[in-house]
Amino acid sequence: MQFDLTMPAQLTSALGPDLLLMGGAMVLLLWSGWRRESDEHQRSIGILSMVLCVLTMVAVGYYAYRGYTAGDGVIAVDNFRWAADEIFLIATLGTIAMSLDYNRREGITPGESHVLLLLSTSGMMILAAARDLIIVFLGIELMSIAIYVLVGLNRRRERSAEGAIKYFLLGAFSTAFLLYGIALVYGATGATNFFVIKANIVHFNLEHSGLLLVGIALLLVGFGFKIAAAPFHMWAPDVYEGAPTPITAYMAAAVKAAAFAAFFRLWLEAFPTLLSTWHEAVWWLAALTMIVGNLVALAQRNIKRLLAYSSIAHAGYILVAMVVGTSLGSSAFVFYLFAYTMATLGAFAVIVALGRAGEDNMGVEEYAGLWSVRPGLAVAMAVFMLALLGFPIFGGIGFFAKWYVLEAALKAPFPQTRLAVILVVTSVVSAGYYLYVVMVMFMKPRSSTAILPERAGGWTRAVVWGSAAIILIFGLFPDALVSLTQRSTPAVSKEVALRSR
Amino acid sequence: MASFLDSIGYNLWVLPALLAIPLVGAVIVLMLPVREPATTAAGVETPAARQVALWLFVLEFVVSIGLWWSFNPADTGWQAPIDIGWIPTWGVRFTLGVDGIALMMVLLTTFIMPLSVLGSWTSIRTKVRSYYALLLILTTGMLGVFLARDLFLFYVMWEVMLVPMYFIIGIWGGERRIYASLKFFIYTFLPSLLMLVAIIYLGLHLRTAGGTPDFSYDRLLTMESLPERTTLWLFAAFFLAFAVKVPIFPFHTWLPDAHVEAPTAGSVILASIMLKMGTFGFLRFALPLFPGAAMNPTIRMIILILALIGIIYGALVAMVQPDFKKLVAYSSVSHLGFVMLGIFALTLQSVQGALMVMINHGISTGALFLLVGIIYERRHSRLIDSYGGIARVVPMFAAILTFVSLSSIGLPGTNGFVGEFLVLIGSFRTYPGLTIIATTGVIFAAVYLLWAIQRILFNPLHKAENEHLTDLNKRELALMVPLIAAIIWLGVYPAPVLRRMEGSAQLLVNRVERAGSLPRVSEAGR
Repeated sequence: MQFDLTMPAQLTSALGPDLLLMGGAMVLLLWSGWRRESDEHQRSIGILSMVLCVLTMVAVGYYAYRGYTAGDGVIAVDNFRWAADEIFLIATLGTIAMSLDYNRREGITPGESHVLLLLSTSGMMILAAARDLIIVFLGIELMSIAIYVLVGLNRRRERSAEGAIKYFLLGAFSTAFLLYGIALVYGATGATNFFVIKANIVHFNLEHSGLLLVGIALLLVGFGFKIAAAPFHMWAPDVYEGAPTPITAYMAAAVKAAAFAAFFRLWLEAFPTLLSTWHEAVWWLAALTMIVGNLVALAQRNIKRLLAYSSIAHAGYILVAMVVGTSLGSSAFVFYLFAYTMATLGAFAVIVALGRAGEDNMGVEEYAGLWSVRPGLAVAMAVFMLALLGFPIFGGIGFFAKWYVLEAALKAPFPQTRLAVILVVTSVVSAGYYLYVVMVMFMKPRSSTAILPERAGGWTRAVVWGSAAIILIFGLFPDALVSLTQRSTPAVSKEVALRSR
Repeated sequence: MASFLDSIGYNLWVLPALLAIPLVGAVIVLMLPVREPATTAAGVETPAARQVALWLFVLEFVVSIGLWWSFNPADTGWQAPIDIGWIPTWGVRFTLGVDGIALMMVLLTTFIMPLSVLGSWTSIRTKVRSYYALLLILTTGMLGVFLARDLFLFYVMWEVMLVPMYFIIGIWGGERRIYASLKFFIYTFLPSLLMLVAIIYLGLHLRTAGGTPDFSYDRLLTMESLPERTTLWLFAAFFLAFAVKVPIFPFHTWLPDAHVEAPTAGSVILASIMLKMGTFGFLRFALPLFPGAAMNPTIRMIILILALIGIIYGALVAMVQPDFKKLVAYSSVSHLGFVMLGIFALTLQSVQGALMVMINHGISTGALFLLVGIIYERRHSRLIDSYGGIARVVPMFAAILTFVSLSSIGLPGTNGFVGEFLVLIGSFRTYPGLTIIATTGVIFAAVYLLWAIQRILFNPLHKAENEHLTDLNKRELALMVPLIAAIIWLGVYPAPVLRRMEGSAQLLVNRVERAGSLPRVSEAGR
């Protein structure tokens, strides 16, 4: 079925899953304010939120299964959107599950925290669908404002407050860049719809319009902040460290994925004809992000900061898939996002499981000899580290994700051999810090004064083992996932990018 | 025997079974109860894991030994082939097969593994289940490397070996285990990722009209040749991955650390089997896939000279080691230099000789590491100076150590002689000058080993701690007997082994020479 997006009723149905999530979130918001704040109430809201997530996932799956499409309207109805939505929803599900245990331990009682996550996720779903700069802005704001609050959720802790302020200021700053970029692009092309922008660039021969180029550059900076690509990554480690751990997981996995999805669609659908202009900039962004992220991560001794830099490095790998700019690149991109999201969620779930109230024990050295006291968590963490490293079998889909990106880079009409080599070499560098975590857990003796970590809550353990199982099983049999992602490309972009050169 | 094997359909299931037994075994070992009530006379709590692991490895050996009879030396193609789809969308297939070269490596692996379990019988006291589970997983990886006929599968197996060994060194190793294990990991990981890029490139080169890559080894052999520059880059990527593993001279620095810090079984496996991965990689991939690059006179000369440096340098450094385990480790560099010489001299004898040295080094050096482990367990010192005159206290140990050392030196009548002799006469035909220099390596080997033995076994017994060492017990004797038997058998009657390798070695030499446009060396004298 093809939606006609000019008719309000059809536009509404095209936004079905998004509206389901938003409407559900509103009801839950009312419900959470209905009762006195308490841990039980917080948990019941959380569980209901998870149910809502699952329902939305089913709805998204149904839309994908029916193969709905739409014309060139303000929102996209294609498999790329559905695939991205499922990734956001899985990340949200995992985050809420972790939060249930985390909130109890930290004494965070407002049930609204879960609802804010849902609202943020609906912003992401809008981002994945956006085919209009105004919708992109709407999605980014909806997503970010909820996150500003969530980072400062633990407001009695200094770090959390510091992270929240920092994220808010820099987030506002980057949004300003984005907005300015949107304004200039609109000024140059007279349109906000991606396809109209593309058509106008060709029609009015705007390839060398200074206004447009400055607009694109500002958009690049704005998205660079959101995905934490070097040199726009400075905020990430501080914010990741200060935020409550489940929220850090959410930011590292879902927020990054959403910004990437919008970035990817905008670039491939609106500016494919300018490939030769932005190609170089994104190339350098990718190379620099891989190098900076991996090198600085080597020096980290705090597990959350280490994972923050690792997530910066991964943004670089994902950018490689973007530079390639083909449909193979976009399916590699979706595959990589999925693998990265699972590994990141799992790793943060282990951190939540091992944390103590107050979260002041975040040094990697705290995990010394973990294997002898909590062998299961240590093995799971090793799997996540190896997955992020991109190691076959033991790291499951992590390897296939890197393989896919490498294959896309080498198979592109303009093979990105140099980027592939940078990716490989920086991956070896990353072994230095991922294996450091593994080494501390397995090879260092447990200090006699170390406190035995409490048994983790059931929800957190479910996230740990769920993501480990997904990583390992798809790591042995990736075929189903590959053929799914091969179909998850933006509907129209396809090979336009390469024909232009 | 062959008809019995046929009647049970041996060739149809043997290779997958060889890969599956250790994997299933690892799960079984991990699921054993943590501790068992006292079973030994001394009342020490004996973990059941080691018994189970030992029997699993014995089973693995029994299953694999059938290959010896079922293998048809006249057939140079793949035997007992398996071909199953794995990741169709990427054109990756799960294909296995043995030829004469892989056959010997598989048998060597399954022969060494039970012995290395016996070798760690009492020395591994912590986390016993995990230790044996890792050994089992490692076995799957190693056999997978020898059996894979798909480059993707080969790469996956190549990496699968890495993690268990990293943990074995890092958890059960010596003082500097963390440093050694990380060094081992990084040294191997960087070039293998570069090899991965080369593999992807080759797979995409062979892609079908639909764009699905193809990683089949057999198809790669028959592909039209690539531009020369590309070939050189691809060869360089494969070369680095294998050269680090061998290790060839400037890439060898991980080896002494890893070998010395690893627990006994780890050192044995590293030396006996994992070093052969590199030379096997040259024989299986680097030479046949890129004959143009490998036979380029300059490149060939550089590699041969590096091999030669390895032979001499390894021997000289071994000579001055105060630590016996390190001495054995450096002797590996020297022995593997002979293998590289034999491979790149590329005559039938030299390649067969190289294969023999690979087997012999596996047996003799494995035995030496086991002996070092045995004496270390008693005295907790690997320094040569801590011993002296102990032949009077532990005569059986002394006799076996002397015998094994002689085989490592290459005394006629032991296995070591056959391999090195074949390499030398084979290489003499193509590279007489280099071969003459290489021959001195044999003399140096005699110097460092005999001198070390003299200082350990025969000088006056002047240390009080050494006066009450106990001689080999039954387990240790049981461990050494198969090795000694193999040393004598291969030294006296190597013909059955050579016959099984001949077809594949000849095919390799012909293939590389034909494609490498090298003046053909006649095979007279066989």
